[in-house]
Amino acid sequence: MNDPKLLLLDPADNVLVAIQTLEVGEVLSVAGQRVTVPQRLTLGHKLAARAIRAGEKILKYRVPIGSATQDIAAGEHVHLHNMKSDYLQTFTLESGHTFSTSHDHH
Amino acid sequence: MIITDQAFLRADGRKGIRNNIVVAYLVECAHHVAREIVYPYRERGVHLIGFGGCYPNDYAARMMRTLCTHPNVGGVILLSLGCESFNRNALREAIAASGRPVETLVIQQNGGTRKTIEQGRRQLEEMLLAVAQVPRAPLHMNEFIVGTVCGGSDATSGITANPGIGRAFDRLVEQKAGCIFEETGELIGCEDIMTARAATPELAGILRDSVTKAARYYTVLGHGSFAPGNAEGGLTTQEEKSMGAYAKSGASRISGLLKPGDVPPRGGLYLLDVVPDGEVRFGFPNINDNAEIAELIACGSHVILFSTGRGSVVGSAISPVIKICANPETYRRMSEDMDVDAGRILEGRASLDEVGGEILALSLAVARGTRTKSEELGHQEFVLTYKSFEPIGPACLPHN
Repeated sequence: MNDPKLLLLDPADNVLVAIQTLEVGEVLSVAGQRVTVPQRLTLGHKLAARAIRAGEKILKYRVPIGSATQDIAAGEHVHLHNMKSDYLQTFTLESGHTFSTSHDHH
Repeated sequence: MIITDQAFLRADGRKGIRNNIVVAYLVECAHHVAREIVYPYRERGVHLIGFGGCYPNDYAARMMRTLCTHPNVGGVILLSLGCESFNRNALREAIAASGRPVETLVIQQNGGTRKTIEQGRRQLEEMLLAVAQVPRAPLHMNEFIVGTVCGGSDATSGITANPGIGRAFDRLVEQKAGCIFEETGELIGCEDIMTARAATPELAGILRDSVTKAARYYTVLGHGSFAPGNAEGGLTTQEEKSMGAYAKSGASRISGLLKPGDVPPRGGLYLLDVVPDGEVRFGFPNINDNAEIAELIACGSHVILFSTGRGSVVGSAISPVIKICANPETYRRMSEDMDVDAGRILEGRASLDEVGGEILALSLAVARGTRTKSEELGHQEFVLTYKSFEPIGPACLPHN
């Protein structure tokens, strides 16, 4: 079972959504396992609902929203560091941006 | 169903829910003078719009024509410097042909800044009296048009506010209202599920092509419709944001595809294709949320449903903007700017159907004259940039 602070939007999904802010060190139940929150995560962030292999599709609302770039353990934060878009690179203030058609700038 | 019997009946037969006067500058060089004319009247339904460019552009000309003849607009004052490329005479003729009062002020012919401001305010006083005389008429549900946009999205947007808007859209479409959703760049990843809802196989192909075009366009630009705040808010990829944005469209059959300035020929659900046709030029399709809102309004939207998670504050010139806050923490911080607290779904304080019902009820109340938070706060943002479109084909719209 999952902690009530985590929402499974569809039974097919492999990520859970935090429906309130999770504090560092909080212990949550994910798929029956105890998981410690490693960093503060504001509501809306995703945690792996089960172990996910590198290259596997991340499923949310029963649809693929990208692919895992590394193996992800159950309960781990799923975000820019371990998944990517299958369409367009994601821009953040840290990654910066140059106007080019290449997708390999980071 | 009659929404209100107090709609503003225009000479062209269209019906508005606001009785605004628009002051429109036709090049940035006339912006200051236009703004000065408007300023003392800004709380009396006088709105400032305009196009900053000095080079001609068919899209901008069409946008200005459709906005100046929008049903929420009762009269127009055009502000020209005098030497810009914008065809002020053609715009004036189109407005006059719609039966609306229109004045043109050319700053170079009028003796400069101060004299033009004085004359503009005199004309505005007269026009306020004229538009106050506009007849009233019943507005039926099948004459009502609602647009939706999301801005400042986070991972709550796709769980609360956007599906809440989707529920409201389903009920509006059932009652034959026109509903418009948009931003094909935010439908990248949703092609298969969206095209399955098209009214005809031809339309399904057109919807798919519009998303393919958006993906190509954004790939060339090297940047999707995705801002850093989206990632801080828990969204990781374009397609994740897309799925959330797509939820605004609800579950109805999709009746057609519009481009900016096309008004739905009858009720139903329509996709607005905002990505330019042809080679990539002029930059990003829409540089910010207000560029999209202006296009939804150019398609005849009486009201805009704006979903936000991070917390946008914007409103718009011409049509009222209802802000639906997806994130309960944002709502507590910024409640003065928010009309609907959809984030209470996440805290177990409301169901999706209840929030959908509230959005629907508020849309109708705003059509009857209730002012939105952004209207009360004086928000009248407007932006219009260069773009180019091919006209839509016959398979884009419903027939018979």
